[in-house]
Amino acid sequence: MKAFNIYLSGVGGQGIGLISEIILRAADHAGFPVKSVDTHGLAQRGGIVVSQIRIGDKVYSPIIPAGQTDLVVSLERHEAFRAAGTVLKDNSCLIYYDTIWQPLSVRLNQTAEVAESDIQDLCRGRGIQVISVFHPDLPDIRMQNMAVLSEIHGHRLIPGIDLKHYRTAMADLMSGAMLAENRGLFDKRLSA
Amino acid sequence: MKKMGDMLLRRDAFSEIVMGNTAIVRAMVEAGTRVVSSYPGSPTPEIALAIQSIPKNDRPFYFEFSTNEKVAAELAYGAAVNGHLSTVFFKSVGLNVAADVFVQLSLMNIIGGMVVVLGDDPGANSSQNEQDNRHYAHMSYTPVLEPADPTDVYHFYLEAARLSQTHRMPVILRLTTHVCHAKERVAFGAWNPIQQDDTPQFDPANGPYIPLTTQAIEQKRTAMARLERVRQRAEETALNRVVDNGNAARGVITMGLPFLSLMDALDGAAAQPDILKLAYVHPLARDTIIRFLSSHQEVKILEELDDVVENQIKAMAFDRKLPVTIVGKTQPEDWIGEYTPDKVHQVLSDTWPDMVQPSPTLKADDPAPHRPPQMCPGCGHRSAFHAIKQALSPTDITVADIGCHTLGFLPPYEMGQLLMCMGASTAMASGLRLFNTSRKVVAFMGDSTFFHAALPGIINAIFNRHPITLILMENGTTAMTGHQDHAASGKNFNEVTDKIPVRQVLEGLGVKHIAEVDTYQQAKLAELVTEATSIDEFSVVIARHPCMLKFTREQRKNAAYRPKHVTIDQGVCERIHTCIETFGCPTFTRDSQGNITINTDLCIGDGSCIQTCPTKAIIPAGKKGKGGEP
Repeated sequence: MKAFNIYLSGVGGQGIGLISEIILRAADHAGFPVKSVDTHGLAQRGGIVVSQIRIGDKVYSPIIPAGQTDLVVSLERHEAFRAAGTVLKDNSCLIYYDTIWQPLSVRLNQTAEVAESDIQDLCRGRGIQVISVFHPDLPDIRMQNMAVLSEIHGHRLIPGIDLKHYRTAMADLMSGAMLAENRGLFDKRLSA
Repeated sequence: MKKMGDMLLRRDAFSEIVMGNTAIVRAMVEAGTRVVSSYPGSPTPEIALAIQSIPKNDRPFYFEFSTNEKVAAELAYGAAVNGHLSTVFFKSVGLNVAADVFVQLSLMNIIGGMVVVLGDDPGANSSQNEQDNRHYAHMSYTPVLEPADPTDVYHFYLEAARLSQTHRMPVILRLTTHVCHAKERVAFGAWNPIQQDDTPQFDPANGPYIPLTTQAIEQKRTAMARLERVRQRAEETALNRVVDNGNAARGVITMGLPFLSLMDALDGAAAQPDILKLAYVHPLARDTIIRFLSSHQEVKILEELDDVVENQIKAMAFDRKLPVTIVGKTQPEDWIGEYTPDKVHQVLSDTWPDMVQPSPTLKADDPAPHRPPQMCPGCGHRSAFHAIKQALSPTDITVADIGCHTLGFLPPYEMGQLLMCMGASTAMASGLRLFNTSRKVVAFMGDSTFFHAALPGIINAIFNRHPITLILMENGTTAMTGHQDHAASGKNFNEVTDKIPVRQVLEGLGVKHIAEVDTYQQAKLAELVTEATSIDEFSVVIARHPCMLKFTREQRKNAAYRPKHVTIDQGVCERIHTCIETFGCPTFTRDSQGNITINTDLCIGDGSCIQTCPTKAIIPAGKKGKGGEP
């Protein structure tokens, strides 16, 4: 199969690691060869977290070569803009959770906050589909990743991964109330 | 839910998706490893998380976080000369700390075997440099195996353990950041627990274990002879392997993660070179390499960081007068950074432009504002730096140490203007104080670092009368690397233990001026720092507040936990912006009109910001403001 490369980004504390491992395991449950790598550096302290997933027979390094990212999943608006601008190839797809964690220079009034229109403008010219996700009534911010995951499935953004693969992957990694709540949110999109 | 601890102890052969740092723990279990030690540091702390997933009573080996890397290595050595297969793991620069004992290891007859697992960090993702620790291996006649992915990590640890037991010598397993953190499905073997013989085997007759005078020379001979025997193993092992593409013109010799980058970079190439992937990067399989060199006209050495392997291979070709052209590193950039697929693509297209086209996709400029790491919402260090900055003159010199508080060097605090390595701040500050009567010198230090490597510098400041101020940023944990306990935590990895309070240590050392305060009492802290820095003797201020990231995570586990946050009384706020521009908690958010609001995703309601507002516009969590907010 042709390689399918997914680049995930966000800010430390947003749950990039969990959504990444669910997708990694879902791809594995779907029978694809898959590998991933997280890069977090000092991310626990409010820095950028990146995770890369590569699906396919002929992928070797877990790090995606330039210009080969098929899908960007981001959990924050500035990070969505950064990833779309630096790694996403033309005519691909960006999905992001539209929350804002202002970087230092924005808070210090040295640079402007990224606007939704910045992302639209960047992507429109390059044929990139943009899906913005936001749930005003999410009970816990740590479920933003699951809100995005349900849209990834709803839009069938990753070829060959079906509902049962996502569900099994979630059950690999969570249990009890955490699994029930996250699966509840994931399923809500499906019934809507 | 799949339980990691159950998986790591499975008796049957199985496969599972794991990261490199988990795969190695299964290998430790299968190899019969008996003692494991470490000091936390990225990229390796997840090895300890995997170990922790096995309940203590089911764990087939002893594990501890030691006080520092040197102590960890000494402990593992002691266990190994008593007959136990041992392993020590730590980050790249950890080997500098452990070096004093490490360089002696190969001189010893390590009867139980000892594997030294290094987490090197090409690209300096989370380290102060990207040092290539293979240099230490050469200096100390120690074999090195270098895996490329989690599957390799598992197999290479087993190989390293066997090698170490067979030859009774230390063996390095050199991981790199993205090998530690890569995840893939790994096929593991069965585990047949062996009955461990815990009889202490130490016998001086197995030595000599005293490397002095003529004995040291003899021990070096033995070490070098062992290394030659390992070279024989390297010739025979299938772990060094050739990817034969039938190309007599061109070959590549590579190892570790750069091998995978090479395979990606060759996708779509006009021709495929033969590839020799080395597992043993020290000692090199000389005959295997000479055969490879002899059967190609041109060989590229693709090697991350320094030209350690390249120089040896060139020497082999020179000695044998081989007609092959060897292409190594050609420009300074070849020594720098991680060999990602993009970097390798670049190196290959520079070497063989007819075979690999330069990448048409140049990395685009980052359009978004930079996002440096920050101290967390509620972090006690933020309150400390905010207060300390007010107590010092702009010309005073502040010296940082390793830990979360290092981030104080960033705007808006700019506290901590020099950084070197663990525990270095006090002695660097002492040096900065010599012949200096006009600028006060203040050193910062975390509490885990205090025990790790700070004591000699502190004792020196007392002993040699250096009149500096040390500010101990005590948060009760090793926060930066994931909240590991330390000697003052009252807990070790395995059990409750006696606390070693930093204050009592300082008093015992004879420090005469010790003040302490919770950092949320910002005015008091500023006052104490003013006082301490005006004393013409060594003084210490213990600036204490528990790590709020750890605290909040623990709170969230409680079912009764409800998120809380402060609010801004917009009717009172005068847009002075002390909260966002000077105190600088990432919770504060600015709109285009300069109005400040609270990011409720981030705020933990700790209220450390309230005292910083000149107009008292920050409303404590759960309270209402004058304007009726929230």
